[in-house]
Amino acid sequence: MPPLLDGFLAIIRRDLLLAWKRPGDILNPLFFFAMVASLFPLAVGPSPEQLVLNGPGVVWVAALLATLLSLNSLFLSDFEDGSLDQIILSPQPLPLLGLGKAAVHWFLSGLPLVLVSPLIAMTYRMPGEVVGIMMLTLALGTVSLSLLGSIGAALTVGLNRGNALLSLLILPLAMPVLIFGARTVSLAAAGDAVSAGIYFLAAYCMLALTLAPFATAAALKISNE
Amino acid sequence: MWNFLHKMASPPHFYGLSAKMIPWLYAAGVVAVIYGTVAGLFIAPVDEEMNDGFRIIYVHVPAAYISMMAYMVMAVAAGIGLIWRMKLAHAVAAGAAPLGAWFTFLALITGSIWGRPMWGTWWEWGDPRLTSELLLLFLYFGYMALRAAIDDTAKADKASAVLALVGAVNVPIIHFSVEWWTSLHQGPTIIKEGGPGIHPDMLYPLLGMILGFTLLFGALLLARVRTEVLHRESRARWVHKLLMPAGEPG
Repeated sequence: MPPLLDGFLAIIRRDLLLAWKRPGDILNPLFFFAMVASLFPLAVGPSPEQLVLNGPGVVWVAALLATLLSLNSLFLSDFEDGSLDQIILSPQPLPLLGLGKAAVHWFLSGLPLVLVSPLIAMTYRMPGEVVGIMMLTLALGTVSLSLLGSIGAALTVGLNRGNALLSLLILPLAMPVLIFGARTVSLAAAGDAVSAGIYFLAAYCMLALTLAPFATAAALKISNE
Repeated sequence: MWNFLHKMASPPHFYGLSAKMIPWLYAAGVVAVIYGTVAGLFIAPVDEEMNDGFRIIYVHVPAAYISMMAYMVMAVAAGIGLIWRMKLAHAVAAGAAPLGAWFTFLALITGSIWGRPMWGTWWEWGDPRLTSELLLLFLYFGYMALRAAIDDTAKADKASAVLALVGAVNVPIIHFSVEWWTSLHQGPTIIKEGGPGIHPDMLYPLLGMILGFTLLFGALLLARVRTEVLHRESRARWVHKLLMPAGEPG
């Protein structure tokens, strides 16, 4: 059997290459993120006090929705062209391969969100030091969302109605991340201590990193029987 | 012990045994609920702050308790089914989900009715218990939607079992995070926990109701699992014998 990390790295290389050939897949969730964030001032009103108050929540809700949007295709093309069967059959440990896919998903959807978020934050009049905290919470939170979402994507992969179903499965599970992420940014904006929320997000991220790949692997095997 | 478990896991044996258990569970449950209702409505003293409004706890608290217990039953049964490949356990998980969702719904409705005179609003986002019950309801919805979306029963069993276990890990985290969230913009919770000792005349009917709800939940669950088993085993010989004793061709 080849060394443990070979399959993991091969998956990462392959998925990055695939994404490179189709850059639209990365950009769409980003546009979606920006559009959802711009819906709120248009719907609720542009008064500065409201923007400052709602900014953290809006950025987080938009990030959550954008992540869900991109999760749907996580295993879809592999399932359609049959390479998912090969991945499952390979002698490499499946949890590690699933982790590789989740890692690429985060790199291509989570990380761009984190990098674009300051632009949104600026339009919501968020002060500079709060923007840093927001990016930190988003970075930790989107890792958890990618991992949680990979379980949901694995469970719904062969199903016709996968899209809406995935959101239904993942949204309630993602609530702690949303609560802690958005509240921590609000606390930072109010000048309060933020370490508790950041510790929680980091702890949740670690928990997801350790447990989620095994659930994803089990789900992939079940969906592909 | 193992022998007993093995016997229980066999669908025909379960079908026979549960038929004998259900009437007893119903009878005991109805007795406990009648005691709880009568004692709760007429014997328990009036609460100082909430007047007669507090009496809704005799429905609300047991429903909320069952809503969480049903999720536990579902997750444990799903885990047993996934690990030991016991089909009956999957049937139990499938039966527990809709029941749990209904009890969650009941807890939400009664909580909301209670909140109207107490808080002056039907819904209070600031109350952690109400909010986590709502998220629990969403978890049940997700579980049932996944089950409904997969046509193959064996596959639906296993996929939903994974979801139930992931959910079981998350339920305490969700509850904790909702509590943390509400503790920020509101001091102590509006409901006082237990207070300085609840009067025995108030407590015993409540315990009676909880016991009664649990027994009725058990009876309803067994009844659901029975139909579920019949449906799943519809090709088995014992089902044919049972439903068509004259030996007509199935």
